[in-house]
Amino acid sequence: MIFPRLVVAATGLALASTALAGEPEGARRAELVNMVRQDCGACHGYTLKGGLGPSLLPGALAERDVQLIESVILNGRPGTPMPPWRPFLSEAEARWIAEQLKKGWPE
Amino acid sequence: MRRRAALVFAFALALAACAPTAELRGTGDLGVVIERTAGSVLVVETTHRSVLGRVPGLGDLSHASVVFSRDGRYAYVFGRDGGLSKVDLLTTSVVERIVQSGNAIGGAISQDGRLIAAANYTPGGIRIFDSETLQPLSEVPSTYGDGTRRAKVVGIADAPGNRFVFSLFEAGEIWIVDASDPRNPRVTKLLGVGRQPYDGFITPNGRYYVAGLYGEDGLALVDLWHPEQGVRKILSGYGRGEKPLPVYKMPHLRGWAVAGRLAFLPAIGRHEVLVVDMDTWREAGRVKVHGQPVFAVAQPGGRRLWVNFAFPDNGVVQIVDVPSLEVIRDLRPGRAVLHLEFTPRGEQVWVSSRDDNVVVIYDTETIGELARIPATHPSGIFFTARALMTGF
Ligand code: HEC
Repeated sequence: MIFPRLVVAATGLALASTALAGEPEGARRAELVNMVRQDCGACHGYTLKGGLGPSLLPGALAERDVQLIESVILNGRPGTPMPPWRPFLSEAEARWIAEQLKKGWPE
Repeated sequence: MRRRAALVFAFALALAACAPTAELRGTGDLGVVIERTAGSVLVVETTHRSVLGRVPGLGDLSHASVVFSRDGRYAYVFGRDGGLSKVDLLTTSVVERIVQSGNAIGGAISQDGRLIAAANYTPGGIRIFDSETLQPLSEVPSTYGDGTRRAKVVGIADAPGNRFVFSLFEAGEIWIVDASDPRNPRVTKLLGVGRQPYDGFITPNGRYYVAGLYGEDGLALVDLWHPEQGVRKILSGYGRGEKPLPVYKMPHLRGWAVAGRLAFLPAIGRHEVLVVDMDTWREAGRVKVHGQPVFAVAQPGGRRLWVNFAFPDNGVVQIVDVPSLEVIRDLRPGRAVLHLEFTPRGEQVWVSSRDDNVVVIYDTETIGELARIPATHPSGIFFTARALMTGF
């Protein structure tokens, strides 16, 4: 049990440092910008105005707080086609995506 | 008079300038490649494997589908933004274009070629147009339950008798619309077909409509010769009680493979292709594959099946040998493979790689690469042979 805890603590630190550093940078940022348009876009539309999944434009998310959006992204919504993205995103990245979605997704 | 003469002269010059493209040609070897982020299509030909032209201005093609006029000359392109464009493949130009809804998923052309039906998410329903002019003829709203909401329409297919068949995602219904009187379509509703139908297709003979279900492990089958018999659930419980894996992209059922009496269907949340015997509609086997299948297309002739996958496994295409149901090859055509299309007799297959901006063409006999065609974020590839097939 000690070993997994240590790992969790280490990840926690790593995340905290990305969060402190602010947004993902360089190649990873470009990758996330593209991923949201293309792969989230498979269900939410490339322009994010909706498809099988609802619109993720700022107007549509105005009533949702960042934490909720972050949690939906990481965990998905069981019983709906919204899948969990935890295997591909850190918590800091999911939070960054949530914040950017509320502001309007970068091109 | 002099003015007119000058105009005529200019016109003649212009004609002379286009003379090479005005050469007579057939359309049997033509097709289009969607450039999803550019809102354009490439008009291509498969004999010399070349691009004849690019047609821009088609709106949001991030989800697009195409049907062809029965003479194989016009491509009707349905865009995500409700755009419906009629593209002339011979002049590589848009001849009609309308925006018919706020958010669309695809469409179909009627058996007689006179009607185009567009399937919409918002506002939910289908709209029927004259294929000549794109003038609206009628609308069938997908109202369900207490009558205040409209479901998203998915899996539209053309059926014999100028009928259109489709599914209602939120409602769990399949509707059959008889559009033989296109201004007064008659609707037959099949209720309670299963949870969250996400797409559907019709068998090549036009008899059976199959809807895939996201919300349960099974598919819904309608015999269009006997719609009064309702819906039959097939392959129920294919998940064997195991927890489904997450699905990062919905499989597309149109164009799913039929080879002889076998149909190949995607499992949802399992990395498997399900094989069903169409005589009995019972399971006839399974193929373990690399990821969540999105398209499985049978090579014309039915000997092999080519399968692509959802994120994060979308860099791979697998080839399945139909007699043995074994994967015989893994190909890596490029990043984010979105679609594949065979030439009508199956000697080539064209594969789109969105993130490498390329269409890779393979020889299906040697599985060697024949050519690469640059394209901007290519997705769907559609050849005119579809004009002659029910359900395409
Ligand atoms: C396979 C389809 C699919 C993919 C891919 C997908 N989503 Fe979703 N998403 C949905 C559906 C369907 C819903 C609606 C769930 C419901 O009915 O509550 C949804 C809901 C959401 C919501 C909640 C919206 C709200 O108003 O409550 C957010 C936020 C969201 N998705 C973000 C994302 C992001 C970010 C990605 C990519 C990292 C993504 N989705 C990828 C299908 C998908």
